[in-house]
Amino acid sequence: MTTPRRAVSLISGGLDSLLATKIILDQGIHVEGINFYTGFCVEGHTHAIRKKDKQKEKRNNALWVAEQLGIKLHIIDVIDEYKDVLLNPKHGYGQNLNPCLDCKIFMVNKAQAWAWMEENQFDFIITGEVIGQRPKSQRKETMPIIARESGADDRLLRPLCAKNLPPTKPEVEGWVDREKLYGFHGRNRKPQMALAAEFGFTDYAQPAGGCCFLTDKPYSDKLADLWQSRGSREYELDDIMLLKVGRHIRPKSNFKLIISREEGETHYLKGYKNEYLTLQTISHNGPIAMIDGDPSEDDLLLAARIVARYGQGRDATQVEVEFRSPTGERTQHKVMPLAAADLNPEWHV
Amino acid sequence: MSEHLELNARRLLCPMPVIRTQDKIKQMTHGDTLTVICTDPGALNDIPTWCRINQHRVIRQETINDEYLITLEVGPSAPN
Ligand code: SF4
Repeated sequence: MTTPRRAVSLISGGLDSLLATKIILDQGIHVEGINFYTGFCVEGHTHAIRKKDKQKEKRNNALWVAEQLGIKLHIIDVIDEYKDVLLNPKHGYGQNLNPCLDCKIFMVNKAQAWAWMEENQFDFIITGEVIGQRPKSQRKETMPIIARESGADDRLLRPLCAKNLPPTKPEVEGWVDREKLYGFHGRNRKPQMALAAEFGFTDYAQPAGGCCFLTDKPYSDKLADLWQSRGSREYELDDIMLLKVGRHIRPKSNFKLIISREEGETHYLKGYKNEYLTLQTISHNGPIAMIDGDPSEDDLLLAARIVARYGQGRDATQVEVEFRSPTGERTQHKVMPLAAADLNPEWHV
Repeated sequence: MSEHLELNARRLLCPMPVIRTQDKIKQMTHGDTLTVICTDPGALNDIPTWCRINQHRVIRQETINDEYLITLEVGPSAPN
């Protein structure tokens, strides 16, 4: 008996990678999944942070897909390496700060570097890409660019649209039967949904915009604001996580407030109390807020007035706010909550 | 002799606790046990799922003061 050929499948957690993998598994290929964590992935975080989502089952879709398929999944942390993709995308950005084409090239490149390693010994790579599915990154012209620039070349197979592309090595060598691959194209999701039904998959994830926060306009705006205010585009994981939490208000260029919107976020922000200056109303119930930047004494009073505006004392004449420094010193200030009319809408990041 | 290790995954949000678990297990052998301490409740779902698909066994799950402790036994399959 010959040992089966081995493929690595890029698993995003969405329907397309689920189907692409299933098609290849059904051809008797040994498939293992790989998933890259950039720090911007939609998975998990918001569920963990926001209490209102707590009722929803907190599942990681990539893991769920792997379990449905009965394959191993390797999750790889690429947070640091991804910075260069995001900061210097050769092919530019999509509608927001999403460098989709460079991102795809990067991920296929990482997957192939991992796959051809001596201890892994895979024969080819599969993705769930479909021609025409995404206006910028998944077009007929971008498919060969991804294959070429990633270094995977003809060992990159897209089972969902293979019939619209030249045959790849796995097809030419007869490792997979091209006839049993598909020719999907365009934005219409019906063929994928029909195939999912045929395979008996229900309850799969259907991300609307894309697989990460960078496709989200409010998120991209916050990231752009962070870069601009710091005068540098460097970022750490905590920076990009905090952009997913709370209301972000920048009254002046030198500082920003992050104000929790509910209990889950309060809990999450408290985890940062030894790194940031935090403030909270103590005479009335109210949210916790964190200050990022370098505020003056006057700025701190303005910050306290803004925070008071988001608590139950918003209509009181005076509210007591407590500041806590990262080293634990506490000071109290009595302030008048900022009037709604004085909260400049442009401060909202 | 099998070994017991602990992994601090506090404050990490999913999937980081899973990634750290996976990387730690690569240095361990069949029969060793590992307790992962997390604060993200998502880990209660993700780590057991990851264990199931990679043939490791969760032997205990506890919640102590808002922290989640998941103890698992490394399975027989090759670590990667
Ligand atoms: S949506 Fe995000 S993760 Fe997906 S390809 Fe675009 S940049 Fe990459």
